[in-house]
Amino acid sequence: MKAVAKYFSGIAHGLKTLLTGMKVTGYYFSHARKEIITQQYPENREELQMFERFRGIVEMPHDENNEHACTGCSACEVACPNGSIEILWQRVVDPETGKKKKIIDKHVYHYAMCTLCNLCIIACPTDAIVMGKTFEHAVYDRKQLTQILNKPGSKVRADVKD
Amino acid sequence: MEESGYFDFSPIVNNIHESLAASFSPGWAMAIAWALIGITLILFAALSVIILVYVERKVAAFFQVRLGPMRVGPWGLLQTVADFIKLLMKEHITSRNADKFLFNLAPFIIVTAAFLGLGAIPFALGLHIFDINIGLFYITAVSSVGVLGILLGGWAGNNKYSLIGALRSGAQIVSYELSITLSLLAVVVLAGSLQLSEIIASQENGWWIFKGHISAWIAFVIFMIAGTAETNRGPFDLAEAESELTAGFHTEYSGIKFAMFFLAEYLSLFIIASVGATVFFGGWLPFHIGTWQAFNHIMDYIPPIVWFFGKVAGIIGIIMWFKWTFPRLRIDQLLILEWKYLLPINLFNLILVSFIALMGWYF
Repeated sequence: MKAVAKYFSGIAHGLKTLLTGMKVTGYYFSHARKEIITQQYPENREELQMFERFRGIVEMPHDENNEHACTGCSACEVACPNGSIEILWQRVVDPETGKKKKIIDKHVYHYAMCTLCNLCIIACPTDAIVMGKTFEHAVYDRKQLTQILNKPGSKVRADVKD
Repeated sequence: MEESGYFDFSPIVNNIHESLAASFSPGWAMAIAWALIGITLILFAALSVIILVYVERKVAAFFQVRLGPMRVGPWGLLQTVADFIKLLMKEHITSRNADKFLFNLAPFIIVTAAFLGLGAIPFALGLHIFDINIGLFYITAVSSVGVLGILLGGWAGNNKYSLIGALRSGAQIVSYELSITLSLLAVVVLAGSLQLSEIIASQENGWWIFKGHISAWIAFVIFMIAGTAETNRGPFDLAEAESELTAGFHTEYSGIKFAMFFLAEYLSLFIIASVGATVFFGGWLPFHIGTWQAFNHIMDYIPPIVWFFGKVAGIIGIIMWFKWTFPRLRIDQLLILEWKYLLPINLFNLILVSFIALMGWYF
């Protein structure tokens, strides 16, 4: 008797789970206009918005005074598994303390070697670099893939501590 | 049924027949009539398959929260036409150790089986190629001939993937043929005839899905499951099983021969759906509710052919819904489902429906 009950409860359970699955896909089908997440790329170039977690090209944000947060500590260079970041730094004398101090000269970024793994952004102690939200990265010449992230004449923001 | 006001195709058919008979000898008239029917069927099949493939891709996309084909033509409407032209122009490749004769024969067998089934389907009043007295039996018989094409194609390709796919398909059809026939038998018991036109005539006052209540519902559910298996569609597409067997039985086929398997798959989908619509949902009969004269009269304005294709589209929609929702069964699960569940339930249902028919407990 127990086996018979199991047989029929098995059928009922099977039908129930199948109908649950059909309900989920049926919802997607009947609410297709709302639910569809596909974007048609070249047509939507104007309003293309990348999402929060999107990993684009590495960028260094500068504020309106042409100042950034990069101290030249080389943490990103060490963290990079591909060697796509090179930090060229120089020593200057700090006018206040008179001590020698290391500052950033050029933050060289080779996009051609980058796998957009996000490790440099995690390693950065001052959040000086971020993953960009641009979608189109193709260039006509591979020389253009090597970029210097800190803009010419920029300097470290005063409130950033080493 | 003659007094009913439905649009009747038989005067048109008779006109064509008489004009042919007037200008040709009886033998030639017959031959030309058959040729006309054949051309019409082929055009209909090609058109319906092109539409079905497009609809399938769109439906699949919507179930998976995608857009589907969008590039060729507005809303991708010409996508399948473009695909078909591509398939026509592709090279025919026969692998070196293939059995060439059987390899080339298999696509024709499978398409022929699909077309034979199409012959007995009542599309509308008077639009019925041959209305034989064992129509339902005939359709179930020829639809299982298709498996011969699958077996031959899988064997002749000399490929292990195709052979495994073909043998799976053999086991599947042998099992599910029983279920589909027994579930249709439930309605045959109620209608008292195997002739499709009489089954439709018996539903003049209500479709069997309503009149036959519980036993008809059980039969319909089993019919949908077994019909999905019969057409080798997901979740029963073990014969193809892209993830395990590359493409299953048609791995070695290319170009138009591959397209023929495709054509046959969608044609058999159409046939299964039209058998379901005819047997359970009254074929081309409009939807009537008891004695609501005004409502019934409005429903009569919609021509029978629209009713038929509407019902077929509904059933095809449900089968597509199955395919894009459920994961594929393993071969042992497939056989357990048939022999331990569907067949006993079906046999019990047959006894139940016989009892109901005997006692007159249907409407």
